[in-house]
Amino acid sequence: MTTLPPPSEKKLGLVIDLDTCVGCHACVTACKGWNDQGYGAPLSDQDAWGPAPSGTFLNRVHSYEVTPEAGVAQLVHFPKSCLHCENAPCVTVCPTGASYKRAEDGIVLVNESACIGCGLCAWACPYGARELDQAAGVMKKCTLCVDRIYNENLPEVDRIPACVRTCPAGARHFGDLGDPDSAVSQLVAERGGIELMPEQGTKPVNRYLPPRPKDRLEETAPLAPLLDIKATGFAGWLDRLLDRI
Amino acid sequence: MHPAPSVILFTVLSGMGFGLLATLGFGLLPVTGWAALLFYGVGYALAVAGLLASTFHLGNPQRALRAFTQWRSSWLSREGWASVASLLLMAPVAAGAVFMGRLMPVLGGLAAVLCLVTVLTTSMIYAQLKTVPRWNHWTTPALFFGHAVAGGALLAGLGNAPVLLLLLGLFMALSFRTGDRRFADRGHTLATATGLRGGAVRSFAPPHTGTNYLMREMIHVVGRKHALKLRVIALLCVSVLPALVLLALPSGLVAIALAAALHLAGALVGRWLFFAEAEHVVGLYYGRR
Repeated sequence: MTTLPPPSEKKLGLVIDLDTCVGCHACVTACKGWNDQGYGAPLSDQDAWGPAPSGTFLNRVHSYEVTPEAGVAQLVHFPKSCLHCENAPCVTVCPTGASYKRAEDGIVLVNESACIGCGLCAWACPYGARELDQAAGVMKKCTLCVDRIYNENLPEVDRIPACVRTCPAGARHFGDLGDPDSAVSQLVAERGGIELMPEQGTKPVNRYLPPRPKDRLEETAPLAPLLDIKATGFAGWLDRLLDRI
Repeated sequence: MHPAPSVILFTVLSGMGFGLLATLGFGLLPVTGWAALLFYGVGYALAVAGLLASTFHLGNPQRALRAFTQWRSSWLSREGWASVASLLLMAPVAAGAVFMGRLMPVLGGLAAVLCLVTVLTTSMIYAQLKTVPRWNHWTTPALFFGHAVAGGALLAGLGNAPVLLLLLGLFMALSFRTGDRRFADRGHTLATATGLRGGAVRSFAPPHTGTNYLMREMIHVVGRKHALKLRVIALLCVSVLPALVLLALPSGLVAIALAAALHLAGALVGRWLFFAEAEHVVGLYYGRR
C-alpha cells in the first residue's frame, strides 16, 4: 500500500555535517559502486565516455557559496540524498504501490518489480532524491543501504550505508533518529541540526549540521604601508601647494 | 517542468473528449443515429487517444494495470479508475443513441458526472504537487474543468459555446497571472532549501558537469523567453478566435470543425506553457528554475 504507515518508533537516517564535508564526492562514488552490484537494477550511465555523459545517482554533492554582509565568502559542500521523510509525498502519489515506507524502521524504498516508471514520485519529491533509471525504466532512490545495514554476512563495521562507511572526513553519520539517546540524535541536539525545506511539510528524518561559525579573518593587506608614501622635498612642497589651491 | 508531448496530448485530448462525452451524457445535444455515432465517436476517440498517449512516457508500460491498485491514496490511480468507469458507463448510453435511437437521461447523466470526475482526477495529479507551486492551487482543477466544459460545448456545437470559450479565456489569463507570483509567495528559496544561514547563498558548482534526469525533467527553461507571446497565442486560439468563428459563420459542422481546430491548437500551446512555465522547487538546488 502506498498509504503511509503510522510513524515508526525507529527512524533510521543520516546526519550530514556540512562543517566537516570537504566535497570529495567519495560518498557519491561509494554509493554508485555499491548500488551497481546488489539491490535492484544497477545504476546505469548513458553516453558514459561520450560528449554528453549522464547517469543515475542516488547521492549528489552540490557546492554553495555563502557570502556574509561583511567578510569573506565561505564554500559549503552539500551532499544530498533521500531524507526518508516521515510524511513522504513520493509514497502517497504512487499509483502502483511500488513506492513504500517501511513500518519497522521508516526507510523509504521502491519495489522495482511493481514500478511502471511514471516518474510522478520524482515530481513529488522536493529534494530531487529520486531518479528514473534510463536503462531499466524504474525509479531509483537511496535505500539507506538496506542490504548492508542488516546484512549479517558483512563484518559489523561494514553494516552501515556505503556513503557513511567511505566518508574520509567523518562528515556522515548513520543511526536511529527516533531514539533521543542515540549518538546521531545527540549530535543533532548539540549542533542544532536542521531539516531541509521545512515549509514543504515533509518532515524529513535526515538532518544537516550547519557549518560552525568561522574565525573572522581581519582585513589583511601586508603591502598597505608601502602605499602610504609621504612626499618630501620639492615634491612635498608641490603636494602641499596643490592641496592649498 | 519538461513539457513532454505525451502528457500534453494526454491532458488536452482526454480533457476535450471527456468534456464532449459529458455534454452528450447530460443530454444537452440529444442526437441519435448517424449523428450520435459521429459525436460519441469523436468523444471516445479523443478520450482513448489521450489515455493511450499517457502510457507513452512510462518506463515499464507493460505493468500499467498495476496503476489501478492504489486508488485510496493516489490521484493517478483514481484517474485510471474514473476514466475506465466513465468510458464503460457511457458505452450503453452511446450504443442506445446510435443503434436504437434511444436516449438514456439517467444513466447518461451519471456517466457524464463520472466524465467530469475523471477530468478532476487528471487535474489533481498536478494540483496535488506542493513541489510545483504554480500547479498546487485550486486554479489547476478549475482550469482543466473549464477546458473540458468549454471544449465539450464547442465540439457539440452548443449555442452557449462562445460564452463558455470567452469565460475560459478570462480564466486562463487569470491563472497565468496568479501563477507567476506563487513560487515567491510560498517562500521557497535556496536558503530554506539548504538551511544555510549567515549570508547570501548561491550555487557555486553543480554536482556533475553534465546534465541529469532531475534537470531534464524538472528544470525546463528552454522556450520560456517566448512565454508572453505564447500566452497571447494560446488565449486567442483557445478562446477569442473560435468564439468569433462560431458567431460569424453559420452554425454547422464546418464552423464547429474550424473553431475546434483553432481551440485544439490553442489548448496544446496553453498546456505546453502549463508544463514549461511550472517551476519545481528542486531547481533551487541547481541555482535555477
